Amino acid sequence: MSTIQTSLPQAAAIGEPSAWVRLKTNRNVIALWFMLPAAAFLILFLAYPLGLGVWMSFTDEKIGRSGVFVGIENYEWLWDDSIFWLSVFNTLLYTIVASAIKFAIGLYLALLLNRHMPFKAMIRAIVLIPFIVPTVLSAIAFWWIYDAQFSIISWSLIKLGIITQNINFLGDTSWARASVIIANIWRGVPFVAITLLAGLQTVSPSLYEAATLDGATSWQRFRYITYPLLTPIIAVVMTFSVLFTFTDFQLIWALTRGGPVNATHLMATLSYQRGIISGRLGEGAAIATAMIPFLMAAIAISWFGMQRRKWQQGSDQ
Amino acid sequence: MSSVQIRDVRKSFGGFEVLHGVTIPIEDGEFVVLVGPSGCGKSTLLRMLAGLENITSGTISIGERVVNNVQPKERDIAMVFQNYALYPHMTVADNMGFSLKLRGARPEDIKKGVARAAEILALTPLLDRYPRQLSGGQRQRVAMGRAIVRDPQVFLFDEPLSNLDAKLRVAMRTEIKELHQRLKTTTVYVTHDQIEAMTMADKIVVMHDGIVEQMGSPLDLYDKPDNQFVAGFIGSPAMNFLNGHLKSNGTVYVETDNGAKLPLLTAPAASNGRPVVYGVRPEHLELADDGIEAEVVVVEPTGSETQIVARIGTQDIIAVFRDRHEVVPGAKIHLRPRASAAHLFDKDTGRRL
Repeated sequence: MSTIQTSLPQAAAIGEPSAWVRLKTNRNVIALWFMLPAAAFLILFLAYPLGLGVWMSFTDEKIGRSGVFVGIENYEWLWDDSIFWLSVFNTLLYTIVASAIKFAIGLYLALLLNRHMPFKAMIRAIVLIPFIVPTVLSAIAFWWIYDAQFSIISWSLIKLGIITQNINFLGDTSWARASVIIANIWRGVPFVAITLLAGLQTVSPSLYEAATLDGATSWQRFRYITYPLLTPIIAVVMTFSVLFTFTDFQLIWALTRGGPVNATHLMATLSYQRGIISGRLGEGAAIATAMIPFLMAAIAISWFGMQRRKWQQGSDQ
Repeated sequence: MSSVQIRDVRKSFGGFEVLHGVTIPIEDGEFVVLVGPSGCGKSTLLRMLAGLENITSGTISIGERVVNNVQPKERDIAMVFQNYALYPHMTVADNMGFSLKLRGARPEDIKKGVARAAEILALTPLLDRYPRQLSGGQRQRVAMGRAIVRDPQVFLFDEPLSNLDAKLRVAMRTEIKELHQRLKTTTVYVTHDQIEAMTMADKIVVMHDGIVEQMGSPLDLYDKPDNQFVAGFIGSPAMNFLNGHLKSNGTVYVETDNGAKLPLLTAPAASNGRPVVYGVRPEHLELADDGIEAEVVVVEPTGSETQIVARIGTQDIIAVFRDRHEVVPGAKIHLRPRASAAHLFDKDTGRRL
C-alpha cells in the first residue's frame, strides 16, 4: 500500500483502488485522452505528410513507380544544379525584400489607422481586402496589370508621355522579379497592418500621455514606447510573414510559373515543377525538404528574440 | 514651485459643455484637492492643466505664464496617473529617469536624480525591477518618483489611490501628504473620495456638474457648507437632511411634517413658515429624553463608535455615538440635534440660510 503513488491523499484511507479505477482517475491519463483528437489530427495531416516527404527525398520515386532508398543522391544532384541554387537565391531575395517592405508599409498603415479619423471602421475594412481576395484571383488581376500588351501601367505611362513603349513586366528578368515581389507585398500588407494595429491598441493611451508630459516628441514616443511594446507582436507577425513568403507558391505559379528563364522560380515552385509536372517525386521532395533549414532558422531567430524580453514575465528576479 | 491661476475656464466636447466657467486660484506650494462625484469635470480640468486637453475658453496660467497654447512638455508639470502609466518595458530606474533622458541629461546626472528620488520614496532596492514585479503600493511610489525626479513647478495627481486596497490607501495618503510637506511643491490632486480630500488638502474645491460648488479649507467646508450639495458631500456618514418649516414664536425652530421640533440658535428674520431643509451631522445628534422620537432600524457597531439608523416618521436619520448605548432594532429612542451645529438650507435653491 505504501508503494502506491496517488495524487489524492484520502485515497489511501479509503483503501486500495483497482488499477483500472486508478487509471481512470489519473490526471495524466485523462489529459492524454483530451489531447488525442488534436494530436491525431496533427499527426495525420502534418507529421505524416512531412515525414513522408522527407523520406521520399531519400528515394528515387517517380510518379507511377515506387522508388528505392538512394541515400543523399538527390541532394548531391541538387548541390551541382545551378537552377536549384538560382531558386534558393530567388526565394531569399523574394522573402527578404518583400518581408522588409511589408513590415515598413504595414507598420506605417497600422500607426495611421490607430489614429482617430473619420470612417475609421470602413478604412480598416478596406485595408483587409487584398487579404481576403483569393490569391489566384488577385494573381490574375495582377497578370492583366502586368500584361505585355494591355498593361494599364504601361498604358498610363505612355499616355502621360513618360515612356514610349510597353514595359515587358513579366518577360524581363529584373522586371519580373520586381513585379512578383510587388504583387506579394500588396497581398501581404493587410495581415501585417491589421495584426500590428491590434498590437497598438493594447498599448494604454495613458503611457503616451505620460511620455508626452515627460517631454517626448512624437518620434520619441514611437521609439521608446510604441516600438518596444510592439516588439513581441512584431516578432510573431514577421515570423508568420517570412514563413508565408518563403513558401509562396500560388502567386508565382499564376503569374510567371517561374519564368522568364527561371528568374522567378522559388523553391516551392521548382519543387512542384520537378516533383509533380516532371514526375520526379524524389527530387521534388528533396527541394521541398531543403526549405526546412531556412524555415527553422527563421523560427529560431524570432523565438530567441522573444525570449529575451524579461519585462513581459511577471516572475521575480 | 509656482502658483496656478484657473480663470473662467470652460470645456466643451462637441456641442456639450462639461465645465461651465471654473475659477480657482492656487497659491505657491498649496495642496489643492479637486473633489466631486464622477462626471463633475474634475479630471477634465486636471488634464487641461496638464495640457492633455485643450481649453475651450478662459485661461490657465502657471506662475506668470498663460499656458493655454503651451505644449505639455513645456509646462514643467508632472502627473501621476490613476493606473500609474509606468512603462512596462523599462526598469524602475529607467522609468524614473526617462524624462531626464529625453531632456538630454548626462547619464551620471540621470543616475544622481533617480537615486535622490528613490531615496525619498524608499525605492532604492527596487531600482532594477520591472513594473510587473512590483506590488500596487510600490508601483504607486514609482509613479510618484517619476514625478519627483523632474522637480517640476506643479504636481498633478489623478485619483492616484483608487487602485489600492483600503489599508494601503490610508498609508499612501499619509505618505503623499508627508512628501508634500517635505518638497512644498504646488500640488493639484483629484479624487472622488471626500476623506482623502479632507485629510490631505490645504484647500478643497468641491465640484459638481461642471461648476465649483465651494472652495475652502477642509474644516471650513465641514463647518459652513455653502449649500446642500457640499453639506451632503463632505463628511462621513453624510449629513442628515430633514424637510420642514421654519417657526418663530419666541424661540426659533424647524417643525417637520410629522410635528417634530428641531432646535435652532438663530434664523433669518421674517421667515416664519418658510419651507426649509434642516441639516444635522450624525455626530451632532445625542440621546436625550426631550429629543425627537425615532424608531431604531439598524445598529452598526464599529468598535470605536456606533452608527444607528433610525426612522422619524417617514425619513431615515443616521446618528453616530462614541459611547456604547444599549439599543436594539425596533426600540424607541429620543434624538436631540445640537442646535449650535445645525445647518439650514433653502428648500428650493439649496443655498445656506
